[in-house]
Amino acid sequence: MFVTYIFPILLFVGLGIIAGLLLAVASTVFAVKSDEKTKAVREALPGINCGVCGFSGCDQYAEKIVKEGERVNRCVPGGEAAAQKISKIMGVSFQGVSSKKAVVHCGGVCGATGRKYEYHGTPTCAACNELYAGSGQCDYGCIGFGDCVKACRYDAIHLVDGVARVDPKKCVGCTMCAMQCPKHLINMVDADATVNVICSSQNSGKETRERCKNGCIACKRCEKTCPHDAIHVEGNLARIDYDKCTRCGECVKVCPVGCIHSFEL
Amino acid sequence: MKEMMVILLSAILVDNFVLSKFMGVCPFLGVSKKVDSAFGMSLAVIFVMLMATAVTYPIYTLLLAPYGLEYLRIVVFILIIALFVQLVEIVLKRFIPSLYKALGVYLPLITTNCAVLGVTLLNIDDGYTFSQSLVSALGGGLGFMLALILFAGIRQKIDSSELPNAFKGMPATLVAASIVSVSFGGFSGVVEGMFQ
Repeated sequence: MFVTYIFPILLFVGLGIIAGLLLAVASTVFAVKSDEKTKAVREALPGINCGVCGFSGCDQYAEKIVKEGERVNRCVPGGEAAAQKISKIMGVSFQGVSSKKAVVHCGGVCGATGRKYEYHGTPTCAACNELYAGSGQCDYGCIGFGDCVKACRYDAIHLVDGVARVDPKKCVGCTMCAMQCPKHLINMVDADATVNVICSSQNSGKETRERCKNGCIACKRCEKTCPHDAIHVEGNLARIDYDKCTRCGECVKVCPVGCIHSFEL
Repeated sequence: MKEMMVILLSAILVDNFVLSKFMGVCPFLGVSKKVDSAFGMSLAVIFVMLMATAVTYPIYTLLLAPYGLEYLRIVVFILIIALFVQLVEIVLKRFIPSLYKALGVYLPLITTNCAVLGVTLLNIDDGYTFSQSLVSALGGGLGFMLALILFAGIRQKIDSSELPNAFKGMPATLVAASIVSVSFGGFSGVVEGMFQ
């Protein structure tokens, strides 16, 4: 009776208890020190691992904040809300996030510019760019296969008339689209920068005019008109110094090709 | 000594758990994508095989066999194996988190890896002594490692080659696995011949 029924049960239960105890001891000795703070900070971050903060992902940034006292306002997609939450968790004073927006510096819409050749390859900008710097007539312009559109996680960038356009209301400034663009047309500007030069062509004025109706021809009229010395033509292209620019819009009015755009916030 | 060498080498080459006995095929296909994680996985399997054999052998000979409880051995052995797998998991999580992430679900799956249970059961069926069992477990683990690392190398080649769509991914992998398995058939008889 004992040997056939009770002993096996006791044996098995005993072994189970010993194994359980061993595991309990091991899990306390080798416990992973993931403290509450890191967890809370990680939850305050958006978790898209975009890398704008300068670390490889949200986990790493949260760890850096807690362990090495990294600044809490590095997360651009999370914005003020995330920074405020994190500063509350960490007990440090809140600093504002300088929020950024993406701008596509190309105005080569359908009708304004043409094709150099017919492209029938892999429909991505990166692939098309490998073949004679893209199929567009302007070597600096948007290729229009929307690699940036695929990269955006906020539905903030779309192809409009063959050129990528950013919706400033939806853009959080994560730079994911800018990293994809093989022409480096997408720049991050301050969120309140409502006046932008929508061209990247560094061809001479004559050449630009031949290739695209909307391209900057480096006529310098904006430079002469600007009352704040904020726009200058360098390398055949008008460039705005956003620290000096007051968003007055004078340059927008005088540009003969209309390559300086302004929008309402 | 000669006998130990025969056991060790035949466990690695002739009776390779993955390629001859077809045990532990799940991690063999699952973790063999990269040589690094294949190496880590096989180290974990070697550890579990050795520790499980070291514990289950005395339990079987001292507690189960004398009382006629041989029927309990599968349940008890699984319990012991699960214990060691959990230990490995806890230790890996603490000290090598990157490997822990790379192994993913395959680490807890060592528990139900029939290669590990197979080693402990076959040692007893073959009537090995304690030290012979340990050597056989070590050989089984090393054989697992050999198969996994060899195959990880082959898979990296397969991944970079151009295949017809129908063969991409798992089909090509399975065909390659069967060819590797056939090639291991060439080792049968080699080990016995080596020590004559």
